[in-house]
Amino acid sequence: MTVAVEPARVFGSGIRRREDPRLLTGTARYTDDIVLPGLAHAAILRSPHAHALIMRIDTSRARTAPGVLGVFTAADTDGILTPIPCCWLLPGSNLKTTPYHPLAKDAVQYVGDPVAVVVAESPYQAQDALELIDVEYEPLPAVVDPQKAAQQGAPALHAEAPDNVAFHWTVTGGDVDAAFKCADVIVRERIVQQRLIPNAMETRGAVAQFVPATGELTLWNTTQNPHIVRFVMSLVTGIPEDRLRVIAPEVGGGFGSKIAQIPGDFITVFCSMKLGRPVKWTETRTENYQSTTHGRDHVQEVELAATRDGRVTGLRCTVWAGMGGYLSTAAPGIPTILHGLMLSGPYTIPAVKEDVYGVYTNTTPVEAYRGAGRPEATFMLERMMDRLADEIGLDPVDVRRRNIIPPFQNGHDVITGLKYDSGNYEGALAKVLEHVSYDALRAEQKAARDKGRYIGIGVSLYVEICGLGPSQVAGAVGFQGGLWESAIVRFHPSGKVNVFIGASPHGQGEETTFAQIVADELGVAVTDVKVVHGDTDATPMGWGTYGSRTTAVGGAALAIATRKIKDKAKLLASHLLEAAVEDIDYSSGRFFVRGVPDRHKTIQDIALMANVAWNMPEGMEAGLEATSFYDPPNFTYPFGAHVAVVEVDPETGHVTLKRYVAVDDCGPQINPVIVEGQVHGGVVQGIGQALWEEAVYDDTGQLLTGSLADYAIPRADMLPDIEVLSTVTPSPHHPLGVKGIGEAGTIASTCTVYNAVIDALEPFKVQSVRMPLTPERVWRAIREGAERGAGAPPLDTLGAP
Amino acid sequence: MKLPVTITINGRAYQREIEPRLLLVHFLRDMAGLTGTKIGCDTSQCGACTVLLDGVAMKSCTCLAAQADGASITTIEGLSADGQLAPIQEAFWAKHGLQCGFCTPGMVLATRALLETTPQPTPEQIRHALEGNMCRCTGYQNIVRSVQHAANMMGGRP
Repeated sequence: MTVAVEPARVFGSGIRRREDPRLLTGTARYTDDIVLPGLAHAAILRSPHAHALIMRIDTSRARTAPGVLGVFTAADTDGILTPIPCCWLLPGSNLKTTPYHPLAKDAVQYVGDPVAVVVAESPYQAQDALELIDVEYEPLPAVVDPQKAAQQGAPALHAEAPDNVAFHWTVTGGDVDAAFKCADVIVRERIVQQRLIPNAMETRGAVAQFVPATGELTLWNTTQNPHIVRFVMSLVTGIPEDRLRVIAPEVGGGFGSKIAQIPGDFITVFCSMKLGRPVKWTETRTENYQSTTHGRDHVQEVELAATRDGRVTGLRCTVWAGMGGYLSTAAPGIPTILHGLMLSGPYTIPAVKEDVYGVYTNTTPVEAYRGAGRPEATFMLERMMDRLADEIGLDPVDVRRRNIIPPFQNGHDVITGLKYDSGNYEGALAKVLEHVSYDALRAEQKAARDKGRYIGIGVSLYVEICGLGPSQVAGAVGFQGGLWESAIVRFHPSGKVNVFIGASPHGQGEETTFAQIVADELGVAVTDVKVVHGDTDATPMGWGTYGSRTTAVGGAALAIATRKIKDKAKLLASHLLEAAVEDIDYSSGRFFVRGVPDRHKTIQDIALMANVAWNMPEGMEAGLEATSFYDPPNFTYPFGAHVAVVEVDPETGHVTLKRYVAVDDCGPQINPVIVEGQVHGGVVQGIGQALWEEAVYDDTGQLLTGSLADYAIPRADMLPDIEVLSTVTPSPHHPLGVKGIGEAGTIASTCTVYNAVIDALEPFKVQSVRMPLTPERVWRAIREGAERGAGAPPLDTLGAP
Repeated sequence: MKLPVTITINGRAYQREIEPRLLLVHFLRDMAGLTGTKIGCDTSQCGACTVLLDGVAMKSCTCLAAQADGASITTIEGLSADGQLAPIQEAFWAKHGLQCGFCTPGMVLATRALLETTPQPTPEQIRHALEGNMCRCTGYQNIVRSVQHAANMMGGRP
């Protein structure tokens, strides 16, 4: 007797990425690698002032410099380019947009605001000629801190918003004032979510080829959303969308910084339109720090009300969110919809209220950065949970457990109006605590403290909002687009499959994971499926890769398209096998007559017969291809629980991250190796915010961390291995149950590490240190704590200051 | 003023007339057409442009092309032959040591230089050796695994 061995299921297996061979051999083509006949090179002159009037621009010397083909300023773009639109027009928030010109017109609003562009035969010549442009500025007072910018008397950026407030948005649920009136305990904290620079390793850039004879534009662009680029580029340039092709070639990371429609892209296109030649613009890293969008930049004042036994009764906060000099593409939605609606996190909190002020400041525009609003919300909540625990003398885990939402499989309404899809927060928490042997860890901490060593333990829970859609909600919250995704699945006569998707992965590996979905659904070999993305002429419309939505929304579109294919193939199989369709069974890529497995057609047989169409049933169209547009019924809500262990050296303030454990639940995993990689990267970015990273402006608006020499992104020797575990709670509404994993790591890790450091400093009665937790800041906090006394170890035990 | 130089890249000599200020990385990308070497910054921090110059790993943005006259350079394009990945490339593939791939060419060449001198590095030695090569995607963990795997595949031989 032989036992049939089921072939290992490709969905869920950690197969190697098919993207990698081209990336590993240097044969992949990123935007800056594109070379075209007659290619000219653009360089952009940027404002050295944070806030100034432009009095005069003299380009005459630059125009006659060697190799220069053209020099342009805002005066040249008049009537050709419209201002760049903000695409998230938050309703009910008194939103005040202002004209965001690709080239600054009369005033500049941040260091890096584009003022003029040179196009030359070579990049060196373009750069040389920039120095020959004379601009006369009249400097104005600048403001960089969002809370200060919203105060009376602050320098005003735009006439449309004399108080610098771009919008004021509120979310409320329950009776928060009553909660605070009768609270046993209230804890308060002011939190600064410092400004971050995303630092995709590939800077932004574009190659634009406008052909005057046809009026057609091809734009190679390092973007997360080529179809949005085409849409907005068409609006700004007037080039009809059908003549506009956007190609996102290989894209070297994004993390949110390649969502926004930034001036450089429009300027590059404009130059090609003016000169009738292809033009390339590639940011230098220093330019990237000024011109590509930043992230975070919140000042948060938070208060939490609770009973003496640790039940949270209310959360109230005011947030000043820096927007930078102009409202970037999706900026207003990030500190509001993606932040405020997640206020209550994984907890049952009966009353919440948040006021968010989006504030113009003389800084680079702020946009999505990995997590986009959710890390800032998780931080507030998880920080306050630890404060509450400290206040009432409970373990941080116990406080969380007293407020945690019990497990649910099919929908849970929360106070902000959202309906979470599924969750088992206690399960994730239990798993992470067991993995680290939490009680033993606390005992170790105590023993170490007795020996003068300062170990800290941070525990965080999170739930995030992913899979951005549905479109109806997008419309209701003012997003000026849809949030569905699409997929085309096409069988060729030989039985090979091409998949065309509207989303635009840029390192996440969907060429592999989407092939796994198709192979699993259609029973073909995963090597027989090729996924095509990133070219608006080749792929169906889609809204892009951000908000952990590519698999959560695009993957659903793909699954549904494969199921449509299967439906048609079954009808054709029944015709070819001369059996009633009710009698046709399907298993692993084969259609057979029930009970007679030898009478079968493989899906490849069907693909051939559908493509040659020699013998089709009455009324059936030729071909084996399906298109799906999937608009999700709800968001997805991945979640997890993380633990960090740190040691602080009291003599130097240096923090050593000793251990980091992440339990994440993104539903069923298509490729666990890729999931783990996403968690690693996400966690490390969040650690970067806690310990090292900050975009620092001085009071006059000069960016002091102006290059990679000054801005501290994590390096290999600064980190331990991350321990990655998971639980699996499928989304009830997703065809594959999957939720998304792109941002998860970043959402919990900043606060987990922060809480661990504060926990380590508990003997010094330190409650708050401004991020990033640099040795100097930690050292000062220790000394201030020691000086306050309060049972802290005496200063002389800490080494001389 | 143009300067004649001859630079051997992956075994092939490139004779060109160059501007004295031309950076080696621009020579590789723009004059030799070898765009596998990436540019990720302008302050010699990121390591994306790492190549081997006479066998030694160096950031090709820190070197003028004129200084490399007569030198022998290995870029990412020179590692694999006949469509076969070199062991380090194979190891990065096997251990998911890359995501967006932009830092990868520099990372692979820095690894090659490390394994020349330290054929069986510890994780700490790997992290230390690669601290001049930045990656924003992987958190470095799978890069460390990839390097260990490469060292094992190569059996301690450089």
